[in-house]
Amino acid sequence: MAEQKDVVLMKGNEAIAHAAIRCGCDGYFGYPITPQSEVIETLAELKPWETTGMQVVQAESELASIYMVYGAAGAGKRAMTSSSSPGVALMQEGITYMAGAELPGVFVNVQRGGPGLGTIQPSQGDYFQATRGGGNGDYNVIVLAPASVQEMADFVDLAFELAFKYRNPAMILSDGVIGQMMEKVVLPPFKPRRTDEEVIAQCPWASTGKTKNRKRNVITSLELKPEEMEKRNLALQEKYKQIRENEVRYETQQCDDADYLIVAFGSAARIGEKAVEIAREEGLKVGLFRPITLWPFPTKEIAQMAKGKKGVLVAEINAGQMVQDVRLAINGAVPVEQFGRLGGIVPEPEEIVNALKTKLM
Amino acid sequence: MKGAIVIDTTRCKGCVLCVEACPQNVIALAGKVNVHGYPYVEAVKQDSCVGCASCGIVCPDGCITVYRKRMED
Amino acid sequence: MEAKDIMSPENVVYKKPTLLNDTNMHYCPGCSHGVVHKLVAEVIEEMGLEDKAVGVSPVGCAVFAYNYIDIDWQEAAHGRAPAIATGIKRCWPDRLVFTYQGDGDLACIGTCETIHALNRGENIVIIFVNNAIYGMTGGQMAPTTLIGQKTSTCPYGRDPEIHGYPLKMADIAAQLEGTCYVTRQSVESVASINKAKKALKKAFQASMDGKGSSLVEFVSTCNSGWKLSPVKANEWMKENMFPFYPKGDLKDTTGEK
Repeated sequence: MAEQKDVVLMKGNEAIAHAAIRCGCDGYFGYPITPQSEVIETLAELKPWETTGMQVVQAESELASIYMVYGAAGAGKRAMTSSSSPGVALMQEGITYMAGAELPGVFVNVQRGGPGLGTIQPSQGDYFQATRGGGNGDYNVIVLAPASVQEMADFVDLAFELAFKYRNPAMILSDGVIGQMMEKVVLPPFKPRRTDEEVIAQCPWASTGKTKNRKRNVITSLELKPEEMEKRNLALQEKYKQIRENEVRYETQQCDDADYLIVAFGSAARIGEKAVEIAREEGLKVGLFRPITLWPFPTKEIAQMAKGKKGVLVAEINAGQMVQDVRLAINGAVPVEQFGRLGGIVPEPEEIVNALKTKLM
Repeated sequence: MKGAIVIDTTRCKGCVLCVEACPQNVIALAGKVNVHGYPYVEAVKQDSCVGCASCGIVCPDGCITVYRKRMED
Repeated sequence: MEAKDIMSPENVVYKKPTLLNDTNMHYCPGCSHGVVHKLVAEVIEEMGLEDKAVGVSPVGCAVFAYNYIDIDWQEAAHGRAPAIATGIKRCWPDRLVFTYQGDGDLACIGTCETIHALNRGENIVIIFVNNAIYGMTGGQMAPTTLIGQKTSTCPYGRDPEIHGYPLKMADIAAQLEGTCYVTRQSVESVASINKAKKALKKAFQASMDGKGSSLVEFVSTCNSGWKLSPVKANEWMKENMFPFYPKGDLKDTTGEK
């Protein structure tokens, strides 16, 4: 087996697989779907069950995958899955169950065009599904949006850290561009999987086997008494408030002196970077605001940055989803427009510049 | 062998599977209801009990504790 | 000899297992679930696996199984228990991991998860309480409802033209390479309960020994759904369920591995 160098050229999907092994993931349970099958294929090739002991299971469906993650996460283990839009639609029930049972599962969505079976080409059409909670009830999952292969690698451990810190599911919302493109990446250093004792110590709430020194642990999202269920929900809402206050992440480029802002995430942000460059060459003062956490959304930060600007263009590869959150944040202070392509078509940087000019100037 | 049974009448739901299972007709409905509103059973012929534990074994709610002692002749 | 002379601790020949706690169970009077719960508790206790057992409870009448048996539990979404059990067992291979499911959970919405977990040979035990009806939701037809049997969604009797045929899950499971032990039992008499307990113990042991997956089906009653008294429900079960779902071991390769 070839030595794994620490700086390598690889696809975003492959980076997820390598990073999972390196961050001490205990189990990956997934199902093939384009454009992210390389995640499980890479894991299968690397055989981590022989090295770190990480389990890799090809499940019978996405439904089964998310529940295998539920089971392992409910037992305190670092468990994850990955899929693409239609598969993540199937997982919504499992995700709300994990949110209700407060489980630290991690899942990756490498988005493709929809709705329905859609296309296999990239899109950002699952922003609503990710941030509004595609399942039932009042809940949120932490959503990280990588814009590079490096971030695909870095966000796996980050997602687990956040998931365990808050006992909440966390997702990496990627897309077919980031998943399939190849870039240089510095892979994270190897972190050993936690021992059984460490798992039990870190997760005293988990179903690891009831020892004599404690009561039984029940992992459940069911509560039939309304007063108790209200308490549970209020506790969840308090948790989400904490996450909103402490875990917002974003990046800005040339925003301070800009007249116009482009707000974009993921691959649209990469294209947006180029759009900023083109605009600046034409003498237009444009900056890029890139949310990294889509939930919690950088509401205050965008509102602050937009003050005094002439206009904001939200560039996203869908019919208009994140633009809602941007509009809510800016609250009418500055004009907000949206530009996107659909059907799996990835826009060119010039299209974004033209849209900015047409809609805002 | 002689047996004796103790019935937890607050767990009992009056399903009478124990009455059916008992070979000695030890158990019968008491004609009263417990705090949950279920009619419950009682040992009406404790002396006939041989401690076979059929009642305890078939009881779906684990209501019955069965004792058995060898008689000295 | 007075009864009170006999009632001393050293003379106990049967009592509720300690692992079955004092919470009154919510099941209908005479429900087979109670007896199966007792067996699960007794076997785990006798095998000394209280601190290693993790159960996965279903959606169905047994949704609150986790309130009664004093081990760690996970509540599953409807039908997904075998997938959840897979996640637990793969990451905690030395634990006793089992699911506890009814006929809707296991043989309808969960058919895929049931077959694949068994087929992969996951070292888990799937406990299947089959009473040919959907009890919790008020007595609708189940995939195991018998031809001619009346339920609220087939009030004139199950008709294959409209409703298709009952599924024999144990027979399907016995065909799968990954299973090591597939058996059908019942809990209506002392003799059947004793046999059922042995079968459950065998299945639990096989999973701890890494021999593959097991399916332990308990052909059961639902006196509420069938609208019969508990005693009459047992009779109906013997006359109608046992011929269609015959008891015994359908597969046992635990000795070979």
